Amino acid sequence: MIELTAQDWQAIQLTLKLCLYTTLILLLLGTPLAWWLAQGQSRVRTAIQAVVALPLVLPPTVLGFYLLLLLGPHGAVGGTLEQLGFHHLAFSFSGILIGSVIYSLPFTVQPLLESFRRMGPRPLEVAQTLGAGKLDQLFSVVLPLCRGGFIVAATLTFAHTLGEFGVILMLGGSIPGETQVLSVLIYDHTEAMNYSQAHQLSLGLLIAAFVVLFIVYGLNKRFDRGQLT
Amino acid sequence: MRILWICSLLLCMLPVRASEPLTIAAASDLRYALDDIIALYRTEYPGSTLRVIYGSSGKISTQIRHGAPFDLFFSADIQFPEQLYAEGHAIHQPELYAIGRIVLWSPRLSLADTPLEQLTSLHFRRLAIAQPAHAPYGLRAKEALQALGLWQALEAKLVYGENIAQTAQMAQSGAAEVAIIALSLARFPELSRHGYQLIPAELHQPLTQAFVITRHGANKPSAHQFSAFMARDEVRAIMQHYGFELPDAELAQLEQSR
Repeated sequence: MIELTAQDWQAIQLTLKLCLYTTLILLLLGTPLAWWLAQGQSRVRTAIQAVVALPLVLPPTVLGFYLLLLLGPHGAVGGTLEQLGFHHLAFSFSGILIGSVIYSLPFTVQPLLESFRRMGPRPLEVAQTLGAGKLDQLFSVVLPLCRGGFIVAATLTFAHTLGEFGVILMLGGSIPGETQVLSVLIYDHTEAMNYSQAHQLSLGLLIAAFVVLFIVYGLNKRFDRGQLT
Repeated sequence: MRILWICSLLLCMLPVRASEPLTIAAASDLRYALDDIIALYRTEYPGSTLRVIYGSSGKISTQIRHGAPFDLFFSADIQFPEQLYAEGHAIHQPELYAIGRIVLWSPRLSLADTPLEQLTSLHFRRLAIAQPAHAPYGLRAKEALQALGLWQALEAKLVYGENIAQTAQMAQSGAAEVAIIALSLARFPELSRHGYQLIPAELHQPLTQAFVITRHGANKPSAHQFSAFMARDEVRAIMQHYGFELPDAELAQLEQSR
């Protein structure tokens, strides 16, 4: 029943690569950001928090449009790269990766922020009086205590990138093996009236998304009961 | 922010482009015809790597302007490649390869006996056309409806497809009962079952299809090879099979009328 073409496999591989890279980058960038946001309630922090949440509200087309202008050969980023002898980033994997990182930012920062706030300053104060260094505090206190937050952040980011469409369509140009991820390929399949192929991929994606979310909510429940933290 | 910059710089160095395949961007009225042509090209030049991306001519030409890595651009309207050439994004004057036609098409209603002028008397809720702003087939559909004096009466019933293939899909899926699509799509076996009504060419500006090699493809031998391949008799036969009129025939007609 399941007969995936080489193009389908290529898109699946590309999508997984994009999701994985996005998640890794966002965990690296999002952790310090969420940590800083958790440290207080100043006006600057509120403003930054609002900026972080923007991708939740903005239509992906707005984001895609501005990124296209920014990363293309005439944009600030793309133009600079061209001058330095590199390729600009529109219609490339790096380009859609940057798009995904921005688009999924709130899905990393929010759960982390929540779990940092729940932990509070107390455990770190205790660790400090016991003589733990900064790095030691991070690895022996923050990471274990907020493990739940990290797992939820990572899964949500991964899942959200899986379902990305608008930004990639605007910024990627549907190039097989480079920017043609699953959601875009499904769109192309329906357009070419390859309904059976569109069905296969859609159904696969539906099941994958359900499994991921089921795991997230399952984990969430266990964390709430305090079993894993 | 600096970290993001450094990451992006590092990442764009990652993909090592070994042998870059030939990338063709084509107007979606070519969706089936070009697939056949490429299959033929592959038997002739086995081992050649090429990929096709379909979309509306306006969208593709904007993407090329923004640096999309397309080597060849097949447009449904010569105006787009002409602009690209004028702006230095293409390396030669656009080469005419076919004239497209539009048809009224419905998978549900039988249109054969209804004169176009009485289109409004048919009972349907939605008529799909391609987006006139950036899809040539949409613009020609609009011109034809205007020439028939039906635009105002029908405007409220119109739905717009992103390109001509999506427009056909809208009707095929039943979301719209009627559509104005490319003859080249209506000739595709799966769609041709339903029959169509050809819209007279006098009702709209001609759909002069032309292609160019872009600046991106300038140094690729395969781009020039494919460009030359388009002049083959077998290729022209495929185009004709899908209902395209060939430029030479058009010229001959012009000569005759003189």
